[in-house]
Amino acid sequence: MVVGEREARHVLGLGAADLRRMYYLMLLTRAIYQRVDLLTRQGKVLFSLSSDGHEAAQVGSATALRPGKDFCLPYYRDLGVVLTLGMTPREVMLNMFSREGDPNSGGRQMPFHWGCSRLRIITHSSPVATQIPHAVGIALASRIRDEDDVTVCYFGEGTTSKGDFHEGLNFAAVLKTPTVFICENNGYAISVPQHKQMVVADVAQRAQAYGIPGVTVDGLDVLEVYRATLDAVQRARRGEGPTLIEARVYRYGAHTSNDDDRRYRAREEVEEARKGDPVPRFRQYLLEGGALDEATDQEVKRRVEAEVDDATEYAEAQPHPDPKDVRLHVLAP
Amino acid sequence: MAVRNLVDTIRDTLHQEMARDPRIVVLGEDVGVAGGVFRATAGLLSAFGEHRVIDTPLAESGIVGVAIGLSLNGMVPVAEIQFADFIHSALDQLISEAARIRYRSNGDFYCPLVVRVPYGGAIHGGLYHSQSVEALFAHVPGLRVVAPSTPYDAAGMLRAAIRCQDPVIFLEHKAVYRLVKEEVPDEEYTVPLDRAAVRKEGSRLTLLTYGLMLHHSLAVAQELEREGVSVEVIDLRSLAPLDKETILGSVRKTGRALIVHEDNLTGGLGGEVAAIIVQEAFDSLDAPVTRLAGEDVPAFPFAPPLEEAAIPNREKILAAIQELAAY
Repeated sequence: MVVGEREARHVLGLGAADLRRMYYLMLLTRAIYQRVDLLTRQGKVLFSLSSDGHEAAQVGSATALRPGKDFCLPYYRDLGVVLTLGMTPREVMLNMFSREGDPNSGGRQMPFHWGCSRLRIITHSSPVATQIPHAVGIALASRIRDEDDVTVCYFGEGTTSKGDFHEGLNFAAVLKTPTVFICENNGYAISVPQHKQMVVADVAQRAQAYGIPGVTVDGLDVLEVYRATLDAVQRARRGEGPTLIEARVYRYGAHTSNDDDRRYRAREEVEEARKGDPVPRFRQYLLEGGALDEATDQEVKRRVEAEVDDATEYAEAQPHPDPKDVRLHVLAP
Repeated sequence: MAVRNLVDTIRDTLHQEMARDPRIVVLGEDVGVAGGVFRATAGLLSAFGEHRVIDTPLAESGIVGVAIGLSLNGMVPVAEIQFADFIHSALDQLISEAARIRYRSNGDFYCPLVVRVPYGGAIHGGLYHSQSVEALFAHVPGLRVVAPSTPYDAAGMLRAAIRCQDPVIFLEHKAVYRLVKEEVPDEEYTVPLDRAAVRKEGSRLTLLTYGLMLHHSLAVAQELEREGVSVEVIDLRSLAPLDKETILGSVRKTGRALIVHEDNLTGGLGGEVAAIIVQEAFDSLDAPVTRLAGEDVPAFPFAPPLEEAAIPNREKILAAIQELAAY
């Protein structure tokens, strides 16, 4: 951990309670995915997308936003982002069970496809990169109206091969929009490793082509990610334009519940990567710095477990969408 | 009230709407300093400034995607795709995104958006400056597709499109831009986005069309009227959703239907109109529902004799009417 306790408090403005909250959100993200993975294997949830390994990148970056004020365009792996911005475990589980009350889509999209106007989390699709120009347009609207909202847009490294990534970043640079682009680079686009996706060593290098800052951070270090995002958000708010942040992570699970990563990744590689797991790493940091003790740690874990149990039981008992509503919301009423 | 052509009407209406509503933003390639390659946005930059009239990078997917974002954050974007032929690189943004945002979010989000699209042939535009793209978009639920073909409709439908809460593909036929002039009221009227118009009443057969073909068809129908063949001409103008009531009402009266469009035949809008008529007005039909359309070639060729051969014209429309009327 690069950031010491003293720096966390004095440079980043984070106190012990803030740090414990980040830890709680990382644990919650891990626990919800683990539960959904189980529910998917039981056939109760029809589809899941793993986020294990991305928790520090997601919680650290989203903590730098003003929830419900700054705009966020997550991609499908961003469970930790939406939890940090205020989506409740019950709301997340309604999405997983595709129930009528799912605030993301009322069961219309596959699980893990986010969107909630209350939290300014913008609805997204499955084709990758399409949300990037949206983020530029949203930020442009803020700039036109002289509002200080910042728009943060997430995606994986495979997405940086798409035209909309290039078009979006170029538009953002030319129009100087208050946008922060965050790439969670886990090294694989489903099965295709980074070296088959691009020749450059770091996604952040791509920023040079648009004339904007590009930074690479250790995405397993929640405070490093927080610091880099906060810098970029403050820069955007000052009217200095967009930034590209690359958070280097590793996806411990398969791409989705329909994927078998044993076909393309050696078990040894995955086990080696797990040694850098951001959740125990942050726990250790907090214990050593005194922001957490064993008793509090157990308390946080019990709370997470109880919330996941409650959300699961609650969501499973909620009604399915009504077939009569299949034609609703095609056009304006 | 002033006599205006279609493109001047578009420009004047944009100006009027932008003055009315500060949320309206115009964006696209060459829409600012140059005023648009067809001059449809001339004068807007000096009137409203570069925050609201944006010369964008040359990237159609980016233009539509940024417009969607503007819309999601409270603006009312009017994007211009310079030629319909270039819209294909924005299909993901239009089909996967604009059309689905309301549906996929269960009504939590929606994106009011107008995409102005100059389209159509007979202007020596070759393969990549002549295409008709309406059938592609009419197939996609969640999009509205309109093709106003008179200055009066252009103003009324553009106002309606700007005020509509759905994404609207607004098709402007390039050959019609300066072809016809008519009196266009200065006051703020709207024309609904889901109603066809009876342009000429008649009794022997119903001709359903839009765009440049509307004007060719009207000319032919007026000529035939003098010869005693009474043709009812319907301007479909709202291509998605289609105005079934007007279509079926006319065909039930005449018993004969001819659909004319310059887009190519296979998979064109005429097939959908024909299916509606056959399914819902079968008992009224005295003759087979007939389609006259552009040739099934990838796009219209450039050399004048080839272009002329590919597009329906007055002679072909006349022959199709006479054949159907005599059936």
